[in-house]
Amino acid sequence: MTISVSMTVNGKAASGNVEARTLLVQFLREHMGLTGTHVGCDTSQCGACVVDVDGASAKSCTILAVQAEGAKVTTIEGLAESAEKLHPMQEAFREHHGLQCGFCTPGMVMSAIDLVKRNNYQVTEDIVRHGLEGNICRCTGYHNIVKAIVAGAASMKAAGV
Amino acid sequence: MSNVSKIGDRVHRKEDRRFLTGTGRYVDDLQLSRCTHAHFLRSPHAHARIKGIDTSKAAASAGVVAVFTGKDTADAKVGGLICGWVVKDKHGVPHKAPGHPAIALDTVRHVGDTVAMVIADTAANARDAADKIEVDYEVLPAIVDLTKALSAGAPQVHSDVPGNLCYDWELGDKAAVDAAFAKAAHVTKIDVVNNRLIPNAMEPRAAAAEYDRGTGNYTLHTTSQNPHVTRLVLSAFVLGIPEHKLRVIAPDVGGGFGSKIFIYAEETLCVWAAGKVGRSIKWTADRSESFMTDAHGRDHVTHAEIAMDKDGKFTGFRIDTIANMGAYLSTFATAVPTYLYGTLLAGQYTTPAIHVNVRAAFTHTTPVDAYRGAGRPEATYLVESIVSKAAREIGVDPAELRKRNFIAPTAFPYQTPVALTYDSGNYVPIIDEAMKLSDYAGFGARQSAAKAKGKLRGIGISSYIEACGLAPSAVVGSLGAGVGQWESAQLRFNPTGNVQVLTGSHSHGQGHETTFAQIVSDKLGVPMDQIEVVHGDTSQVPFGMGTYGSRSLAVGGSAIMKAADKIIAKGKKIAAHLMEAAEADIVFENGTFKVSGTDKNVPLAQAVFAAYVPHNYPIDKVEPGMDENAFYDPSNFTYPSGTQICEVEIDPDTGVVEIVHFVAVDDFGNIVNPMVVEGQVHGGIAQGVGQALMEAAAYDNATGQLLSGSYMDYTMPRADDLPSFTLGYKTTPCPHNPLGVKGCGEAGAIAAPAAVMNAVRDALAQVGAQDRIEMPATPQRVWAAINAR
Repeated sequence: MTISVSMTVNGKAASGNVEARTLLVQFLREHMGLTGTHVGCDTSQCGACVVDVDGASAKSCTILAVQAEGAKVTTIEGLAESAEKLHPMQEAFREHHGLQCGFCTPGMVMSAIDLVKRNNYQVTEDIVRHGLEGNICRCTGYHNIVKAIVAGAASMKAAGV
Repeated sequence: MSNVSKIGDRVHRKEDRRFLTGTGRYVDDLQLSRCTHAHFLRSPHAHARIKGIDTSKAAASAGVVAVFTGKDTADAKVGGLICGWVVKDKHGVPHKAPGHPAIALDTVRHVGDTVAMVIADTAANARDAADKIEVDYEVLPAIVDLTKALSAGAPQVHSDVPGNLCYDWELGDKAAVDAAFAKAAHVTKIDVVNNRLIPNAMEPRAAAAEYDRGTGNYTLHTTSQNPHVTRLVLSAFVLGIPEHKLRVIAPDVGGGFGSKIFIYAEETLCVWAAGKVGRSIKWTADRSESFMTDAHGRDHVTHAEIAMDKDGKFTGFRIDTIANMGAYLSTFATAVPTYLYGTLLAGQYTTPAIHVNVRAAFTHTTPVDAYRGAGRPEATYLVESIVSKAAREIGVDPAELRKRNFIAPTAFPYQTPVALTYDSGNYVPIIDEAMKLSDYAGFGARQSAAKAKGKLRGIGISSYIEACGLAPSAVVGSLGAGVGQWESAQLRFNPTGNVQVLTGSHSHGQGHETTFAQIVSDKLGVPMDQIEVVHGDTSQVPFGMGTYGSRSLAVGGSAIMKAADKIIAKGKKIAAHLMEAAEADIVFENGTFKVSGTDKNVPLAQAVFAAYVPHNYPIDKVEPGMDENAFYDPSNFTYPSGTQICEVEIDPDTGVVEIVHFVAVDDFGNIVNPMVVEGQVHGGIAQGVGQALMEAAAYDNATGQLLSGSYMDYTMPRADDLPSFTLGYKTTPCPHNPLGVKGCGEAGAIAAPAAVMNAVRDALAQVGAQDRIEMPATPQRVWAAINAR
């Protein structure tokens, strides 16, 4: 049995028929083809699946697709203004080499943006390190991710996003 | 000229845009038409006999296409998984390599062993159906405790491997070591456990197999660090599909750290079954499966003794190690505790006599194989732990003791007593720089200040050596490797002047698309945006050996240099013709062929165009086209070295260890992209700190259950567990490869465990607890060490 679900994904109407057990991340990846949101674990620990749901970051492996009925969802694919112009946080990750294999990166960037907004664009290394506890990276040792987020916060503020 | 890059430039990565915008393409992202999904039923027991399997309910379950058991693969003559490195024991007898069927036949030997494969229209239906398979197990006693695996009476993992002993191997001159100990002024002894780790690349392993009924061709998309080796093993040893009928593609791969070198049951079965059912099959591990089935790392138990003369010079070193192989031999498992461990036990020191004995044991645990550093972290942890312990015992500063024993810069090439010939190095300036960056001299004051507020401060040094850039093929062949370890490169210019760099290396986070492009840009003057690095597809790139052992730049980069030399040589002939000059008068500078001493010139792009449109061309001397390939087989390993200094503060009330400062100074030879190198070092240190303070693959000794089987139980280092790191460099170029590079991928992970643990021990020495702590030094263990009575 399937259930019809509708939401707004990256500014566009999105709908589909899903099983009751279908997770939001499966809906995004398999129904919408938005494979930038990744699955790195099965216990909601790693944060590779973080997206924005109605203005707050959420682990999309922990939400059923039907729970997102009517929600506004932004994924990593919806961040950049255009192919040429990255979001300031994406640009900061590039500038500071805050990514290596790229697998945790979409979740890191989505978490980072929420973290910066929650802290009113004022973040320190300490705030960032504690605020990132829901995201695991195995490549970078976090050093450059932390640098990127501190710099990205300033760029976001300057850009007013 | 637009964006030409030089070797040594801090160039932002070309690959980042797709990763940052969610447009990377990992195996699980593939959408294949009419694709089915596989789910593997796993053994819940560490050791059990399979008395019967009833798959009838699963086969009748919704959406199921096929169910296969070990009987099906045996009937189809699917070969077992192989170990590609034959280690001979101390009597010249090859290691014991028991059968490793892709699906268990009548016995399961570790939790997670494959019992059945279910293929269905959706992943959820496959999983539901697997739940309906009824397996009648007779649970048998299991051995997971390495220290008891070789004891009489231990449960046997394989009936054809008596006493669970895979091999008993040695290296070095035992008599010389015994003589050194007989004359020693002081002997320091140590027992260390090198804890078992789970690699945990963030992208779980995955496979997607396609079969084309029209051509009979197979395609495997897989999370591999070495797609050609995967193809070779599947073709020649396991499935019998001819190499030219099997294409292996490793697209974007989300980290490997060694765990994706190996050829596993799952991708093997997906390829086989795709032919069987005539449809595409996709499988992606969930994290629980990764924990149970990705090859684990480390897992040694060692007793060692070091002899010194009255001046603290090391005179002899004896080592006795038991290494865990797990239940079966993984692809390169046997080489790790022998040729990648025993050969590194000289460290940076002149110890003249060394003898190491290694016994490899089977246990009812997940197979163990190479994980970032592979053998070299185990060697470094042992050497650097015993050196610091010796310093404490004889009352010499640990930095001073190291300096007394370092190989002198004038001594290279230096023949160690454990087979290797170090090519280059200069160790004193490295440790001096690390001591400066860590304010080693000021530590005493910081320790006193910490003590005043009830904290225990400690400082620890780790001076590592590694052998990487694997490797001279003749050498590894003589030691039992089943493959050569050269690397390939092809520079395929297009008529319009841009170029594809095809490499047999594979990038899964290392940034080759940028650094390899930098090499070509520097060497040939081609702008970065005119260069595309292509890797990971056996149908596109020449046969290559892949990425592991910090080899990509030293070996793969050198192959690119060789191919570029061929481009220049051919271009000179073309340019000489176009400028009506003698070839001997042509020089190549900044991307342009010039007639020496004149202003006549032909840019490389013009020579390339002439090669593809050879209207005015020396066709009698040169073939058309500009497409050169090269294979590079190194003449020696490379020997990166360095010193890390870690400072910790322990809260004795809670046992929590805080890293307050971490310094790493490395000699990687020449550096192509400092930004990328820093990232590699950061990541390596984090994994080393993880091993020292947090990570452990824990098994229940009674049942053989994996206790640390999820991120709820296995402690991955997170951002708030780590400090920022201070890095420094000293350079002695590698003398035997054209780039002068040594490799940087593993150094952090190799050196860090000893740096952290020496700091922890130094802190605990204030309360006499320095010899009561093993990795991981969790708060519970540290507290227990402090409070032991």
